Amino acid sequence: MGKAIKQREGAVMILGGGIAGIQAALDMTELGYYVYLVEKAPAVGGVMAQLDKTFPTNDCSL
Amino acid sequence: MVTNADLLALEGKPGNFTAKLNIRPRYIDADACTACGLCTQYCPKHHSDPYNEGLSITRPIHIDYAQAVPATYYIDPSSCMHIQHNTCQICVPVCQSHAINFNQKPESRDLKIGAVILSPGFGKIAEETLEKFSYGKHPDVVTAYEYERMTTASGPFLGEIKCFSDGRHPKSMAFIQCVGSRDLGCDNGYCSSVCCMYSIKEALVTKEHDPEVDITVYYMDIRTQGKDFDAARERAEAIGIKFVRAKVADVTPWDNHLKLTYSTLDGQHKFDAHDMVILSVGLESPKDAKSISNITKIDLNKYDFCKTETFTPLQTSQDGIIVAGAFQGPKDIPESATQSSGAAVLASTVLKKERGKGTISKEYPAELAVTDDDEVRIGVFVCHCGINISSVVDCPDVAEDAGKMDNVTYYTENLYSCSQDAQEQIKKTIKDQKLNRVVIAACSPRTHEPLFQETLKDAGLNRNLFEMVNIRDQCSWVHANEPEEATDKSKDLVRMAVSKAAHIQPLPEQTVPVTPKALILGGGVAGMTAALSLADQGFESVLVEKSSAIGGNLKKLKNTLAGDTVGGFTKQLTTKVKKSSMIDVVTDATLAQTSGFIGNFSSVIESGKGKRKKEQTFDHGVIVVATGGHEHRPDLYQLGKSKKVVTQQELETKLAGRAKNRAPNSIVMIQCAGSRGEDLNYCSKVCCNHAMKNILKIKEINPESQIIVLYRDIRTYGFAEDAYLEARKKGVVFIPYEVDRKPVVTSKGTKVQVDFFDSIMQEEVSMTPDLVTLSVGIVPDGTEELSKMLKLPVTANGFFLEAHVKLRPVEAAVDGIYICGLAHAPKPVEETIVQAQAAAAKAAMPLVKGFVTVDPIVSSVQQDDCIGCGICVSLCPYGAIQMEKIGKKRKAKTVSASCKACGICASHCPTFAISMGGFTNEQLVSQIEAFGNKTRKEKVKV
Repeated sequence: MGKAIKQREGAVMILGGGIAGIQAALDMTELGYYVYLVEKAPAVGGVMAQLDKTFPTNDCSL
Repeated sequence: MVTNADLLALEGKPGNFTAKLNIRPRYIDADACTACGLCTQYCPKHHSDPYNEGLSITRPIHIDYAQAVPATYYIDPSSCMHIQHNTCQICVPVCQSHAINFNQKPESRDLKIGAVILSPGFGKIAEETLEKFSYGKHPDVVTAYEYERMTTASGPFLGEIKCFSDGRHPKSMAFIQCVGSRDLGCDNGYCSSVCCMYSIKEALVTKEHDPEVDITVYYMDIRTQGKDFDAARERAEAIGIKFVRAKVADVTPWDNHLKLTYSTLDGQHKFDAHDMVILSVGLESPKDAKSISNITKIDLNKYDFCKTETFTPLQTSQDGIIVAGAFQGPKDIPESATQSSGAAVLASTVLKKERGKGTISKEYPAELAVTDDDEVRIGVFVCHCGINISSVVDCPDVAEDAGKMDNVTYYTENLYSCSQDAQEQIKKTIKDQKLNRVVIAACSPRTHEPLFQETLKDAGLNRNLFEMVNIRDQCSWVHANEPEEATDKSKDLVRMAVSKAAHIQPLPEQTVPVTPKALILGGGVAGMTAALSLADQGFESVLVEKSSAIGGNLKKLKNTLAGDTVGGFTKQLTTKVKKSSMIDVVTDATLAQTSGFIGNFSSVIESGKGKRKKEQTFDHGVIVVATGGHEHRPDLYQLGKSKKVVTQQELETKLAGRAKNRAPNSIVMIQCAGSRGEDLNYCSKVCCNHAMKNILKIKEINPESQIIVLYRDIRTYGFAEDAYLEARKKGVVFIPYEVDRKPVVTSKGTKVQVDFFDSIMQEEVSMTPDLVTLSVGIVPDGTEELSKMLKLPVTANGFFLEAHVKLRPVEAAVDGIYICGLAHAPKPVEETIVQAQAAAAKAAMPLVKGFVTVDPIVSSVQQDDCIGCGICVSLCPYGAIQMEKIGKKRKAKTVSASCKACGICASHCPTFAISMGGFTNEQLVSQIEAFGNKTRKEKVKV
């Protein structure tokens, strides 16, 4: 059975905490909603956190 | 944020879902863990490090990387000796903060939510697919992911590239494209859309490491169709990276080399030896795609990606469930980020009644008052940036040097100043050491200044009591081969910043209210979608269309590649816009003038013709630029001279008509007509798909029609690759041509003759087809004038430039202005819709908030010193300085909210009466003096 936690109105669940999920989470908070960012790994970041530089500007990816 | 969690079930309906989660134990109490890393040092068991693609060894108890969020270690149960064999537990007494807890159990949790955004990313290509390239059999065959970790300075080999077989530095490397993509052998018919870009990036990075290394990229088509992506390919070719159009059959070990067998277009089989082979592996659907589909009941497409439709690209088959990122189809970072913003606007529409009910706004501690009478206490933090800085610059030396300066009461180094634990440490230090000025020497303020300023605010300091020194870009990167000089320069820069810091003052934050209305320029699909999305959020907009009716390019399109008819969608969209009470449509209209700033713009719109011409003024808070583009008409290949030469758009119109000969028996199509280096220096992204769409239509009408496509690279990226395959199955012949051997089209009376070199048969061909169709590319509409009026930068190709290519893809450099559609870059309708939704999401943010914060770095006039000459007023490009009468004298005054802090006024004031917040004369002079002052008195480290 689910642990009783304080439920929030106006909440969205985002499944996956890679660059897409993180960006969506940031935008949803800016638009005034509570976000549950659900990630299966121990940390968010996804594949982008593994990249060194990004195309085509070779900016740091972290 | 819920990590280590799996979705078990989802029930309910839009607005009222319940999600059941299973949260796996970390075995470490997240609140207690300080991320000190002692546990990893003591853990005796080896564990292959997934973060480094298994190329290095870590321990079962570890953290993936220093900047990981949450910054908490975890135990991987699969290899922990205690969890597996009930032994060990060495870590438990080692942990000083008693954070390790083996009694943690999986926890189930129910979430009540109104909407769901699916962004599970992508999966990896199965290893069986890689076997024919000797992956797993020979250590010097690596995937591009592994290679990415190998080249990374913070990776397992500190950026040194070595062959695994014998440790030598590879002198000859091969990239094999389309591994696991465009490959029916593994049922992945689609193109992964990103591999060409990352391979070019990795090849360029390799050349930076070792300019002598020989690199060959084996490819079928180079698909650098994104905005300004072709330029990177040209850069790669210019520095000697070779591109060979060939299909690689296999890779076999050969001495200590690897032998590639490949066949080229003209049917020859060739061999080549390389030291290292990198497999450009594609993106699979995520591993848990099927389970997500079962739980959420969404439909998948035939490749197990999320199924969506052309005109609703982010909507899954279930209401209230939205998709974003690579799960919707393989895509790169900017497009994922754009989709996420678009998804946010859709989710927000589902939830709009609940807006603001569940959020908590962040609160900062009261700001510490810092006055001139207070003792100046400067803290200096020198960041190693992993080894990005410290491998060149002697960071301890730089820190110690700063420590000797006056007013510096504390100095230290950080491995990563931006990591969460370092941030906490900096906050603590500010309080403990009673610091009132902070200098951080690290990477670029462009990316990290806001983060550190936030840290100051959290610690109760005004965010302007901060100076950032860029010793990465300006020292360790540019002087990578001169470590001593780089260190000296770092010291100079830090010394200058410290001198300046002693004079910096807190600057007050200001807020101004926002007019909750948008101005949307352009009534095509981008503008209309943006207006409707904003209306869904509850915001009014004025939609300005220069022609007499809204609809834009949509009106010219008949059907989509996926087979949908465009007409119905266009009608539905235009009707919705016209009927909406939130959207004020002004046609035959242009923007005549705009003034103001984010939240408070005022624009004059000229509309109507002749006697009906009128001017209206609108106040609005944001601007969405969706001015679109149109088909380019190059003066090439007899276009406009022969009736038998048409563009793809003209052909589309023809095919949708009823003329009997609309799909003639023999057609030659020429791709990139005028694009990629002729009139237009870029790829227009849509032409290949447009050609496929017309080809399939022709074949539908007249299966006998013989079609030859002359191309440079076929760029049917993503799932459009299916259409390319379909066209080939239907007998269409595709022949590539080289830039220096372009086809020639000549008019012979009423006939038209095409001469070209057939690179497959290796012979010159001359033919007189019934029709020649040109893929001509897209040019933007009127960006030049608008760029002057709105002060928006454009790219060399005339498209509007976004604020940040990856992280802010729809925002303009000017606050409060957003870009979408063809005005940003050529793109298909599906991507335009997403971008318009994303622009609406970003535009809605200040409107939702209701106020904007003005950057405190603005100019200010010392009115006592002002002589009222008015030079500043005439020079200010933003109209941000006004004259006011004080007594009998005229004095200048800054309108802070309009000021962009460019400094023109301050630099021209003859009496030095104007100073810039954060850049006063006193501060700059002390900074310059510090540059020449290398001798300092000795000080003891605190």
